[in-house]
Amino acid sequence: MAELLLDVRDLKAHFATEDGIVKAVDGVSFRLERGQVLGIVGESGSGKSVTAMTIMGLTRDVNSRFEGEVIYKGRDLLKVSDSEMQDYRGAEIGMIFQDPMTSLNPVYRIGEQIAEAIRTHEKVDKRTAKNRAVELLRQVGIPNPESRVDDFPHQFSGGMRQRAMIAMALSCNPAVLIADEPTTALDVTIQAQIIELIDRLKDDFNSAVILITHDLGVVADIADEILVMYAGNVVERAETRDLFYDPQMPYTWGLLGSIPRLDRPRPDRLHSIKGSPPSLITLPQGCAFRPRCPHAFDRCMEKPPLENHVDPPTHLDRCWLDVEYKRAHRGDTIAGEPEAA
Amino acid sequence: MSEVVQTGVPLIEVREVKKYFPIRKGMMQREVARVHAVDGVSFAVQEGETLGLVGESGCGKSTLGRTIVRLYEPTAGQIIFQGTPIEGHGARQLRPLRREMQMVFQDPYASLNPRKRVGSIVGDPLKIHKLGDKRERKAQVEELLETVGLSPEHYNRYPHEFSGGQRQRIGIARALALRPKLVVADEPVSALDVSIQSQMLNLLEDLQNEFRLTYIFIAHDLGVVRHVSDRIAVMYLGKIVEMSPAEELYVRPIMPYTEALLSAVPVPDPDLAQKRERIVLEGDVPSPINPPGGCRFHPRCRYATQVCMEIEPPLVEYGNGHLAACHHPLNVDSTLAAAAVRSAAGS
Repeated sequence: MAELLLDVRDLKAHFATEDGIVKAVDGVSFRLERGQVLGIVGESGSGKSVTAMTIMGLTRDVNSRFEGEVIYKGRDLLKVSDSEMQDYRGAEIGMIFQDPMTSLNPVYRIGEQIAEAIRTHEKVDKRTAKNRAVELLRQVGIPNPESRVDDFPHQFSGGMRQRAMIAMALSCNPAVLIADEPTTALDVTIQAQIIELIDRLKDDFNSAVILITHDLGVVADIADEILVMYAGNVVERAETRDLFYDPQMPYTWGLLGSIPRLDRPRPDRLHSIKGSPPSLITLPQGCAFRPRCPHAFDRCMEKPPLENHVDPPTHLDRCWLDVEYKRAHRGDTIAGEPEAA
Repeated sequence: MSEVVQTGVPLIEVREVKKYFPIRKGMMQREVARVHAVDGVSFAVQEGETLGLVGESGCGKSTLGRTIVRLYEPTAGQIIFQGTPIEGHGARQLRPLRREMQMVFQDPYASLNPRKRVGSIVGDPLKIHKLGDKRERKAQVEELLETVGLSPEHYNRYPHEFSGGQRQRIGIARALALRPKLVVADEPVSALDVSIQSQMLNLLEDLQNEFRLTYIFIAHDLGVVRHVSDRIAVMYLGKIVEMSPAEELYVRPIMPYTEALLSAVPVPDPDLAQKRERIVLEGDVPSPINPPGGCRFHPRCRYATQVCMEIEPPLVEYGNGHLAACHHPLNVDSTLAAAAVRSAAGS
């Protein structure tokens, strides 16, 4: 077994607001080993980004309350002081944000920003840091890095900025790389480039990756394991093939059915999940997905536990429905309505 | 897909439309270069049809969309709406036409005025065109809100009170307020989650049937475009490089660029994703200030040869309304290719 890097146990992140307590993350557990890619999938507001930011210690605030444990190499990051956390951020756990337009500082050169990250964590002189920046830009596929290192962010295209962000995140050789919707703002062609790049760099740098996205298609050929999140909870967790070929949670079916697919005949109508995600202040009673679930029944008024119902034992889901019933009914949701003859 | 009315006159036709943006420098604001955003594009859209326009950022698809609804003035070429050329129309002449063509924008956060209530965002087009009195307008707006899946009580709310998907519904309601014939939708779903995306695509389809709309649907995701379009035009650096009936483009792409775009669409099936060949296009779209000579795609094309660098391939027909501009067409047998070349030489 590969080295266990991150062990998140029953993580909760609650925020006090004027309107009430927002339960953004409400009991998330997973383990991440070196070399592994974990996909976290869900709609906006499902708590996937807050999970990532809490691991990085970026959600610390007087109004936030945390429970559970985030154990990184044997140490609980939730209990680490703010100044100690600085040593983990960037150096041990790197993060790539969604929007490459706003996460680079527009008034500093690309190279300066990468060199700053290096010099924050390592005692090297400016020249060495800059040379490392050039090398990193080369590794992430920026053409002509010797001259581009002195460019400002506005001189880079969207895809190149995201590459620069990745270079910065990798600058201190972190063991864990968290990519929060790294391709959502990009064209499909550039998305394919970036996903391939992350997959390759993971091997080059011998690190583990958490890839957060709302699109199951993005994680299909890169993730080893996938967590599906809904309203702050993990509603299904499985190895990638099991999740795609034997999905157990109606919410996962809905996400799969929403994608206009090129590998299937065109349905007359796409499946769409009715309504919108619930308020995280007053969650529906029982299963949080119940109000939007076409298969809900009496028992769903009681919250289902995250349990194993199918083979293999690593496949967990939060649903009361009978496995045989689910296998018989999920096809309609995933395929959408067929083209009327 | 919708029923297309085949009449002699298309609803909208563009002929050799060009849109260049000057780059000015110095005290005299002398023009030093031009961005060739749209560089000679021609097509016609029938009433009730949906034309999908696809391409990467910077290919000119948004500029083309905005030029068609005359938010931009074309540098050259003709725009013919219901048989009348409108490219030279001034603001006053355009006003009645604005009722017929509307636009839905990409960013539901930036395209709604945060200081206005939903009622006036959706109702202002009616006010500008002096349609109905205050009470009638309010009733109409409330009806529109219901049509797009919002509730009439949302009339007095502000945009920030809504989610991304709901805001896009407001944008759609605004576009429909004047009962237009043509709606140009510029990446209407790319800022949304996949689950909301499918709601929006279904809504656009319902509205098309209800109001007999004609769509020009601009997007970079071929999966989304396939779902809504009757015909698809692929753009690269200001030019259409392939145009075809929707399903045919997916079965039989001719231009290597289309093939690459198709292979970039993620497939939510791990085994299939592993098996299929992914053609990763290197680099970005070149600058439209100095587009490459010959075929504009040649620096990124894996089939490119000498001829591609020297001669620009014309857009030729390969039967069944399938046009493509390529020296090394894919999925085409030699007789068809020869016939296509002859027909191009003859015209």
